[in-house]
Amino acid sequence: MLGDGSLERFRREGRIVVVGASLAGLRAAETLRDQGFAGSLTMIGAEPHEPYDRPPLSKQVLLGRASADRTALPRRRSVDANWRLGVPATGLDMAAKRVRLADGDEVPYDRLLISTGVRSRPWPHEDQAELDGVFVLRTRDDGAALARRLAEGPRRVLVIGAGFTGSEIASACCERGLAVTVAERGASPLVGALGGVVGAVAAELQREHGVDLRCGVMVTALEGDASGRVRAAQLSDGSTVEADVVIVSLGATRNTEWLAGSGLAAGPRGIACDAGCRAFDIRGIVTDDVYAAGDVARCPHPLFGYQFLSLEHWGNAVSQAGIAAHNMLSESTDRLPHMDVPAFWSAQFGVNIKSVGAPSLGTEILVAQGSLKEHRFVGVYGYQGRVIGAVAFDQARWLPFYQELIERTAPFPPPFPTVDRRSDGQRPVDADFPDPSVPTHGPTVTLSGYSPADRRMTFTPAH
Amino acid sequence: MLRIAVDLNRCQGYAQCAFLAPEVFAMHGEESLLYSPEADEEQREKVMQAAAACPVQAILVDTVDAPAEAVSGAR
Ligand SMILES: Cc1cc2nc3c(=O)[nH]c(=O)nc-3n(C[C@H](O)[C@H](O)[C@H](O)COP(=O)(O)OP(=O)(O)OC[C@H]3O[C@@H](n4cnc5c(N)ncnc54)[C@H](O)[C@@H]3O)c2cc1C
Ligand code: SF4
Repeated sequence: MLGDGSLERFRREGRIVVVGASLAGLRAAETLRDQGFAGSLTMIGAEPHEPYDRPPLSKQVLLGRASADRTALPRRRSVDANWRLGVPATGLDMAAKRVRLADGDEVPYDRLLISTGVRSRPWPHEDQAELDGVFVLRTRDDGAALARRLAEGPRRVLVIGAGFTGSEIASACCERGLAVTVAERGASPLVGALGGVVGAVAAELQREHGVDLRCGVMVTALEGDASGRVRAAQLSDGSTVEADVVIVSLGATRNTEWLAGSGLAAGPRGIACDAGCRAFDIRGIVTDDVYAAGDVARCPHPLFGYQFLSLEHWGNAVSQAGIAAHNMLSESTDRLPHMDVPAFWSAQFGVNIKSVGAPSLGTEILVAQGSLKEHRFVGVYGYQGRVIGAVAFDQARWLPFYQELIERTAPFPPPFPTVDRRSDGQRPVDADFPDPSVPTHGPTVTLSGYSPADRRMTFTPAH
Repeated sequence: MLRIAVDLNRCQGYAQCAFLAPEVFAMHGEESLLYSPEADEEQREKVMQAAAACPVQAILVDTVDAPAEAVSGAR
């Protein structure tokens, strides 16, 4: 904005609209008010619920320790917003600066934040996806329906896809004493996010806890009985799994369809934005009044050669929301870049898994501390001679140290001895990631090149 | 009702919270924290103590002065 007081006026009486009223949207709204925005704030959300937290849905909720409708996010402060919940946005007119809603209403804005996140990729065969007993897990309503069914004590649960969410679901089912089969197309669970070396540990964990884990297979069809309840699944190796609950956990799709034709650089990989969360248009020119944050955004990251990164991480949604909100209210020289090192956690089979950086970018791994066999270790990922990521299994307290190595672009393998170095960790080995040109549903960090445009991308999961 | 979230990227599993408010925070396995996302109002004092004692300030609780806002269509 020009130095003519227009920014001051905007901060006093401007209109900000947030589309997507979840983690990123709420945290951005709070930051806007914290930083003195006194104008009107409208929160538009497709779900009829106030912002809630998703990570408990695959953990506390499935374990029966919390109810799905009781995971609303705590409020850091009042946001004094006009809430439009249960009404999705269906279009954006960037020239007129208006958001169109499904109920026909149009909401004008001076600045817009898009935080529409992602949704579960559904089972590709619609008639099979509609069978009673087939679930996905992304929303509070999904969580409530699945928890209810698990409480009825199904005879066998089949989880399709062993990424983080699928593995956590399998873990919760085991803990409830349910029989579980997991079918994974890759060579092991978590292989897309952490590679085959660590994936082998994840596979061991599952089997030790009694999961019937089948890797290198695809589910080809789901079968129902006469009353429309799912009964069995056919696998690509010719076998059949009888299951009365099937959870499809094949990753997520960005909620960007509503932006089609708007001229914004939005596509199946997300909304391209600059390091300050300002969205690009399809010509590769950055907008000054449209911002994106959270799972739907893809942002260039200085630590990874300014390639666009898409992150499906809780911490990323929080930090991008803060950056976007700050920048919406700032003169160009006061804007901040989003530079946080990616970080992620998961809890499954009694193990605390945490990662920093971008393990999925690594080509080699060194088990720097502890041992794979004991399922307690720190694995450090290397890429072109530098440390690019780290993962810890029940060794979380060491991660800040590795985060610092990533931030300093320290050499890989680390030239110094580490605490509790075992024979596993004498030298780096191939991290064993699947071919990156084959799409997997596994990684929660996705590198998507240097181009803000996303028009030629097609994504057809093999399932 | 008291809404709670823990930033588990920050949490180092020190378990102070589990000592101070065991009805709300519990360790699950050796170093994973499992918490109730919602607690009764009677727990407020204990939960606030836990939040204050957390060495990495990972526990987020509703701010007392954030009024319950009118949210259309919720619950
Ligand atoms: C089961 C589960 C477990 C998870 N566990 C972990 C974990 O352990 N650790 C971790 O780091 N992360 C975890 N995550 C990921 C984390 O929850 C997400 O990164 C986070 O929710 C992203 O927040 P967001 O606000 O960007 O998007 P979302 O939370 O996806 O919110 C987007 C919102 O926008 C709404 N919306 C979509 N389209 C429209 C539209 N057209 N108009 C209006 N509104 C729209 C959606 O309904 C949704 O409410 C988990 C996610 C799930 C589902
Ligand atoms: S006190 Fe803080 S760091 Fe310790 S377990 Fe609780 S939340 Fe985690």
